[in-house]
Amino acid sequence: MGPAIRIMMLVAALALSGCATTHPQDPFENFNRAMFRFNDAVDQAAVKPAAKAYKKLPDFVQTGVGNFFGNLEDAWTAVNNLLQGKVADGMSDVMRFAVNTTMGLGGLLDIGTEAGLQKHREDFGQTLGKWGVKAGPYVVLPILGSSTMRDTVVLPVDIQGDPWHHVYPVHTRNLGSVLRAVDQRAVLLDASNLVEEAALDRYEFVRDAYLQRRQNRVYDGDPPSSAYEFDVGPTAASSDSVSGSPGATSVTEATSSEPAAGAVVKVEQNGAGGTSVNGAAGETKQ
Amino acid sequence: MGSSKPLQLIQEDMNVFKKLCAVAGFALAGLAFAPAASAQEAPDALIKRLSTEVLETAKNDKEIQAGNQKRVLELVEAKILPHVDFQRMTALAAGRFWRDATPEQQKQLVNEFRTLLVYTYSGAISQIKDQKMDFKPMRADAADTEVEVRTQVLQPRGGDPIQLNYRLEKLPSGWKIYDMNVLGAWLVETYKGNFAGEISKGGIDGLIKTLSEKNKRLAASAAKTGKAS
Repeated sequence: MGPAIRIMMLVAALALSGCATTHPQDPFENFNRAMFRFNDAVDQAAVKPAAKAYKKLPDFVQTGVGNFFGNLEDAWTAVNNLLQGKVADGMSDVMRFAVNTTMGLGGLLDIGTEAGLQKHREDFGQTLGKWGVKAGPYVVLPILGSSTMRDTVVLPVDIQGDPWHHVYPVHTRNLGSVLRAVDQRAVLLDASNLVEEAALDRYEFVRDAYLQRRQNRVYDGDPPSSAYEFDVGPTAASSDSVSGSPGATSVTEATSSEPAAGAVVKVEQNGAGGTSVNGAAGETKQ
Repeated sequence: MGSSKPLQLIQEDMNVFKKLCAVAGFALAGLAFAPAASAQEAPDALIKRLSTEVLETAKNDKEIQAGNQKRVLELVEAKILPHVDFQRMTALAAGRFWRDATPEQQKQLVNEFRTLLVYTYSGAISQIKDQKMDFKPMRADAADTEVEVRTQVLQPRGGDPIQLNYRLEKLPSGWKIYDMNVLGAWLVETYKGNFAGEISKGGIDGLIKTLSEKNKRLAASAAKTGKAS
C-alpha cells in the first residue's frame, strides 16, 4: 500500500500546519480548502469547458459512454455488495453486468435498469464503513475531490477493483479515463451550478453535503437519524404578537398566515444593472 | 407497596378511559369536519400531491421549459411555500445562535433564508425535463407528529435515482415541511456550517447581510431569464 501511505503522510504533514478549525470532522481544513481551490482552478480551466463541449454531443453518445463505464462499475459494486453481506443486491449487480455486457452490446445499453434491476453504487470504502470503520476526517484529494480518510486509504483497492484499470495499452486506458471523467462532470454540470447558487461558502457546503451523502451511502439510504441540536419545535400559528422569550417554541410570524399578497421574491424587472452572476465572482470566501 | 398497586391500576384505567373518550371525541369531530382537507391530508399524500402538481406544471408550461425563472418562482410560491415551516427550518440551521438573535433579526433571517431557498428550489425545478417521481411507502405510526416522507426522482438518462426526502411536522393547520434531503444531504445540516461560519465572521447581522446580498444577485439573474423569454 505504498501510495496510500504516502497520501496519508502528505495529508498528515500538511495538516500539522493547520490551525484551529470549527468543524469536528475537518481537522485538515486549511489543506482541504487549498486543495478545493486547486481543484476549482483545474475545473474552470480544463474540465468544465470540456464537459460543456461534451454536452453538445448527441444524447445517445453521452448515454452510451455513461452506460459503458457504469457497467464496469457494476462489476466492482457486485463484489462489494457481496462483501457487505447483501447477497440479493450483489446477485442483482452480477445479473446487471451479465445482461448489459452481452445483450447491452458490451455495456453501451443499460438493459438492466429497464429490466427492473436497480443500479447500485458500492465501493470498498463503503464496505469498510459497513463493517464498522468510521469515515474519519474529511479529505479533499487533488483532482479526485471530496473524500474521507478511510476512503482515501483504500483508494488503491478501489483502483484495482476498477476493470478499466486493467486495460492495455496504457494510452487507451488513459483516454478512456479522461472520457469517463468528462462524462461524469457533464452529468454534474447542472447540479454544480445549483450549488454555486445555493451556497454561502461553497467549500463548507460541499463538505457538509458530501459527508452526509457518504454516510447515507454507507447505510444505503437509511442512516441512523440524529436529533437536531437546539430544536425549537414546530412554529405554532400565532397572532402578530412579538414574543421575546428565548427558546420559545412559538415565535412570531405564522407561516401559515402568510398571505399570497405580494410575491415573497421580488424579481426586479428593471434596474438590474446588467451585472451577470458569475460563479467565480461569488467565490471570494475562504 | 402492595396496597398502592390497585390504586395505580385504577388510575391507569381512568387514564385509558379518558384517552378513549378523547379519541372517540376526536373521531366524531373529525367526521363532522371532514371537509377540512389540509388538516386531514396525510403527509405522504401531501408530498405526493405537491410533487406531482409541480412536476406536471413544470413539464407542461412552455414558459418554464423555455427558462423563464420568474414563472418557476411563481409556481414555487403558490404551490410549495404554504406548506413549509421556514421559521423552524431557519432556527434549526442557526442552531445555538438562534436564541441570541433578537426577534427582529430572527424575522429578517427567516425572510432571507426563505428567499434563498425559493431561488435554489426554483433553480432545481427549472431543470426538470422529463423526470419521473417514485414515492416510497412511509414508515410512521398514525400517531406520529413528525414523519419522514421518502421520494425519488428518476432520471430520463438512467443512472442513479435522486433521493429526495422530506421531514414534516404536524400542525393544526396541516402538515408542514421543515427539512429536506437531496441525495442524502439534509438541508438544515448542510446550511448549519455555512450559517455558523458567517455568524462567526460578522455576527447574525453579518449572516443576514450575506444572505440578502446573495438574494439580490439571484434576483438579478432571475430577472434576466424573465426578459429573455
